[in-house]
Amino acid sequence: MYQYSEFDTDFIASRNAQFRAQVERRIDGSLTEDEFKPLRLMNGLYLQLHAYMLRVAIPYGTLNSAQMHVLADISKKFDKGYGHFTTRQNIQYNWPELRDVPDMLDALGAVGMHAIQTSGNTIRNVTADHFAGAAADEIADPRPVAELIRQWSTDHPEFQFMPRKFKIAITGSPNDRAVTRAHDIGLRMVEKDGLAGFEVLVGGGLGRTPMIGKVITDFLPQEDLLPYLEAIVSVWNQIGRRDNKYKARIKITVHEHGIDEIRRLVDDRFAILKSTFTGIDQQLLAHFVDQFAAPEFVTKSEATFKDAYHRDPIFRSWADTNITPHKADGYAIVSISLKKHGATPGDASAIQMRLMAELAKRFGHDELRISHEQNVILPHVHKSDLPSIYAALKAQDLATANIGLISDIIACPGMDYCALATARSIPIAQEIATRFDELKLEHEIGNLKIKISGCINACGHHHVGHIGILGLDRAGVENYQITLGGDHTETAAVGERAGPGFSADEIIPAVERIVTTYLDLRNEGEEFLATYRRLGLAPFKAALYPEAQANAA
Amino acid sequence: MPKPFTPKVVTANDLLIGDVIYQTISGWSRNLNDAEVLTDEAHADLRKIEASQQTNHVVGVYFMDIDASSSDSLQTKHFREAFRAKGPSNYAHGKQTAQTEVS
Repeated sequence: MYQYSEFDTDFIASRNAQFRAQVERRIDGSLTEDEFKPLRLMNGLYLQLHAYMLRVAIPYGTLNSAQMHVLADISKKFDKGYGHFTTRQNIQYNWPELRDVPDMLDALGAVGMHAIQTSGNTIRNVTADHFAGAAADEIADPRPVAELIRQWSTDHPEFQFMPRKFKIAITGSPNDRAVTRAHDIGLRMVEKDGLAGFEVLVGGGLGRTPMIGKVITDFLPQEDLLPYLEAIVSVWNQIGRRDNKYKARIKITVHEHGIDEIRRLVDDRFAILKSTFTGIDQQLLAHFVDQFAAPEFVTKSEATFKDAYHRDPIFRSWADTNITPHKADGYAIVSISLKKHGATPGDASAIQMRLMAELAKRFGHDELRISHEQNVILPHVHKSDLPSIYAALKAQDLATANIGLISDIIACPGMDYCALATARSIPIAQEIATRFDELKLEHEIGNLKIKISGCINACGHHHVGHIGILGLDRAGVENYQITLGGDHTETAAVGERAGPGFSADEIIPAVERIVTTYLDLRNEGEEFLATYRRLGLAPFKAALYPEAQANAA
Repeated sequence: MPKPFTPKVVTANDLLIGDVIYQTISGWSRNLNDAEVLTDEAHADLRKIEASQQTNHVVGVYFMDIDASSSDSLQTKHFREAFRAKGPSNYAHGKQTAQTEVS
């Protein structure tokens, strides 16, 4: 993992000292709220519905046990003993008091973490495949590149006052687990004629106007990455619309100008910028590659795993659902579900965070990951340790065997916390998970992704959920719109709106009707998305709106 | 014709804690039932201006509509205000755990 240099540590400390003074000046009245707000947002501090919220970056979703312990400590000391992991691999604290925030930031700084650029019209936390460096299907670990992008984009003087926020995601695997096609820039590591490079996608995004990213270049040599990224952001910073915040994101710029014109402008800008990058970035990258070197994997007996797998059906169910193949023989990737049926998706208590940190330290080469699906990953675990890990997780309600299943729901905080929300998300997620647990159907249903957003901004990725749910305010009542057929992977697609929305009472039965229809119509071994693609919206629409069918008949 | 003025309460967030607060006759409270119900438009505008001037104490001052027809308690008109008045639905946090006064 990347270790902070003296420069990094000094930078964070001085930035935290500046913010501490800004908080003091706000409290003593020297700064008005209008003056203070952009300063607090630059440091990840929001004012939400009931309290402040501090959003802490977990760069490309990677952290070590010491960092996870500090996240737990902060939640106990300054918050209500838990944290909320988000779809952009961040953690949010929902209840900090203004006076405490500088101390929270100092505690984070001590373990090489910060909240810089987790808000505001800047380049946000770079996200990556949560199985990076471990997945069997990977070409290369994307995190050294992600760290290079983090350092380039942090406090970049040209990119502090952009038309809108800007999000970059990177994957080193052909199987896209980082939603690269729904980011302002998506990077896919590829090889061409033995050379490492990137396919670069631009103009993807969700929100009010969902768009799938377009290929601006199908092969960018690795050494050209930073000047090319700088060219893209620079072009958009110039021509992106500042007159209307809903048209400010690069997806609209690409849509209005066309990808060919954007490519031409970027190439022109790149020609100028290329010579200003003297190669130091590539030296740094080589250094990061060393720091992210894979741990020393060992060969040892898998007997304890095999024995538990055959003996204990509950362990077997968990292993079948929550384990992903690792690139090293005898190893496994463990996904720890933060989606216990009926719990708040993405929330972990301090006790749970500490347990996960301890397990990472003892069994997992001191590494943890946060997934955009709001779960925690132990990326490098030997299979012989899985029974011990499972037993420890079970004791803290962390052994739910539902990764990728219908109760592994993404949900934004919604109107329970968020000032922008138009409806609640969390209770809907809780009720769906509880209902399908009661039905004991979720393993039968198989891979099905439900994603819920409490407003049009789509933090809950509803557009790319197999079943997407969007909470709206319809004439003063919470109302939930369903989209079907969305896909966040390399075959990305924006879901199709099924029809009129449902009330909070009606939405759970509506989801149940969709699932029943799928179970009735699927072919042998066919997953929900495949069935939807084969049959289209019609049979699901008929199930969702039986009255409309009856009236038409 | 302009719409008739409906009963309102001035609300904001507390600067230090961030919690939802309501303007009372003499200050601010975290409890909606303590709020000063504004029924006269000119008086209401004045009270909102007074609230907005307290920039070292409150953030984001605005009017919320209120149903003051019950003598027992004030009722919010919109579900967003109901959630602000109560706290989140997934944990008994915020106003559901502590009702300490904000002066």
